[in-house]
Parts: sequence; structure tokens; C-alpha cells
Amino acid sequence: MANSIKVRAKAESGVATIKCLISHPMETGLRKDKKTGDKIPAQFIQEVNCDHNGKSVLSAQWGPAVSKNPFLSFKFSGAKSGDTIKISWVDNKGDSDSTEAKIK
Amino acid sequence: MKIFVTALSVLMIIATPVATQASPDNDLKAFRSYYHKKFPEVPMNDFVNGVYAIDKASRGQWESFEEFPSYEIFVDKGEALFNKKFANGKSFADCFPNYKKGVRQNYPHFDKASGKVVTLEGDINKCLTDNGEEAYGWQKGKISYVSAYLAYLSRGNKLNIKVPNDPKAITAYNLGKKHFYAKRGQLNMSCADCHYHYAGSKIRADILSPALGHPTGFPVYRNKWAGDSKGSDGMGTLHRRYGGCNKQVRAKPFKPQSDEYRALEYFHTYMSNGLEVNGPSQRK
Repeated sequence: MANSIKVRAKAESGVATIKCLISHPMETGLRKDKKTGDKIPAQFIQEVNCDHNGKSVLSAQWGPAVSKNPFLSFKFSGAKSGDTIKISWVDNKGDSDSTEAKIK
Repeated sequence: MKIFVTALSVLMIIATPVATQASPDNDLKAFRSYYHKKFPEVPMNDFVNGVYAIDKASRGQWESFEEFPSYEIFVDKGEALFNKKFANGKSFADCFPNYKKGVRQNYPHFDKASGKVVTLEGDINKCLTDNGEEAYGWQKGKISYVSAYLAYLSRGNKLNIKVPNDPKAITAYNLGKKHFYAKRGQLNMSCADCHYHYAGSKIRADILSPALGHPTGFPVYRNKWAGDSKGSDGMGTLHRRYGGCNKQVRAKPFKPQSDEYRALEYFHTYMSNGLEVNGPSQRK
């Protein structure tokens, strides 16, 4: 799943605000296909990581309760404009994606 | 003779205002001045923001949504669909040659040849069927993505809906106007009851949005639609919303893209003429 992460990162007086929108189905595994009645297999993000200049600043464990196309926003200190951040996720099927962005 | 002339002039005085009062142009002026008097502190172009133009409390939350809106994903999806080549080698760009400059502001328009009101969604599906492709569904999914992409490119353009002096155009306009003001459903409510007379008042926990500026923001990403159980992703067209509105007053909704809803869109959008397109947008 390429290009599944959109990031906006801003830094103000040393504090970075990172916002990202991930496009992912986040299937719980409990829904049924309306036509066939078969269960739709679970597919959800299990791990989200954020690295700031190569150093991990966020590591989150998610489950099926997180919504489809999840939005994640968080802040951390010690950042300045021009720094690089890397956001990545891995889902229960082993699919993954990552993207790099510069802090504005 | 003199009496006759006087009688004639009296007749003319009576006859002219009646004839002009029913004209779309005069409707528009009356519609505008009503909202202007009701919400004197709201600048005209701010009405495009719907309820957030008049409700400060929810505006902050909405603005933070719009900073990084959920519909961006769907604008991208719409762009991909728009640029995808059809089986015959053509694409949507052949049907919408001016899409880069924006086309949303001219929809819906009256088509003389067929005598019908043409909507943007109608033209999207017409483009597909004309090129031998299967048409999209009318209310959500792909049609709303392509529509969102076209609206996104049209942002900032001012709505320019024309009601030509053609009996069929006037009939369609009047049908839409009638739908807007007519009571319907078990709750016996009209569109106008909520969005005209009671705009700005509370309906349970929500504040009613003014009808002026409604159509500029469509298609929309609604938090409500994103959370429904039928697997909807949140995006929907104006006609999907019309259906929802009709259901809320416990009336049987018309079919999307029916004559009735196209006429309503015609009237509804005409009333917002001159306001800027800001679709797609995020709504509750």
C-alpha cells in the first residue's frame, strides 16, 4: 500500500505538532459480506512508529477498534523546522508503509 | 376613452409586479435580504461554511478538521479515477475540457436540447455511459470522489447558475422552489421550515444551517456517514443528503437524480449564485 500516509508537521518554539492521515480499511474481522454472507477477514494496523532524525519518538500499538482511515495527531518537544520525521505502520497481514516528511 | 386608458394603466400596474415577483431574480433578492437581516454579522461569502458561519462554538472544532480534512484521501482517489483511461482510450478530461479551471460553478444548468436540468453527477455518469463504461452509483463512492476532485479544482469560483427564459427551465425552477417550500412527510415539515424560517435555531442538540450557501460545499464528508454500518466511507453527494433530509421528516425520499431532486438542486443552487465554491467540505 504505497502513498497511504499523508503528513503535516509543524514546529513552534521547540514543540512539533505532527498530524497524519492514513488510508487503511481497518477491517475488524467481524463484518460480513452482505451478498455472500462470508466474514470479511480482519485487516487492521497493529503498529505505528514515528522517528525524529532517526530516533524513535512514538510507538503505538493499535487494534481493530481504531476507525477506518485513521487520523493521528501528537506533539513532541526538541524539534526544529527542517528536521526529518519518518512515519510507518504495519498491519496484522504484514502489509506496511512508511513516509518521510520535513518539519515546517 | 380616458376611462379606458386609466383602466388599462391600472391593469398594467397590477399586472407587472405580479409577473416580476415570480421571477428567479426577484426570488434571489428576497432570499438574500432575508438571511442578511437574520444574520447581519455574517458576511455574505461566509454562508458557504454552512452552520459554522453562524455557530461560533462548533466553528473552532470544524476549522481544526479543515486544517487536515478527511476528504483529502477521496480527492486523491477522484483524481486517479478522473485520469484513468477508459477502454476506448478516452478519459473524463475529454468530457470536461475545462476541468482545470473549474466546472463546478456552472452546475446544475439547463440543457435546451433535452429540456432538462443537468447536474455535475449526471454529466459524470453520462461521460461513462457515452464511452461504453459502466455508470457509478449516484449517492456515494466513486461518483462522490470524482465530483469531489472537480469541486476541489473549482474552489474559489463563483456559482453562476442561469435560469434562461425557456418555459421548461422556468417549470424546473418552479418545481424545485415548490419542493423547497412545500410541507412533506409525517412531521409535516418543509425544507424551508428548518433551513429558512428556523435557520440558526436549535433542533435537539444541533443548530439548523441556513439554506443559503448549502450547495457550494458538496460533495461532503460527513462524520455521520463515515460511521454508518453499511460500510460507507463518509463521502456523499448532494442528492444523498436530500434523501436523508426527506427521511428525517419521515417522507419517502425521491430517487437521486430524479426530476424532483434535480429541480430542487437547480433552485437551491440558484439561490446561492455568486457565492464561492468550497467543496468538498466536512460536515457533522
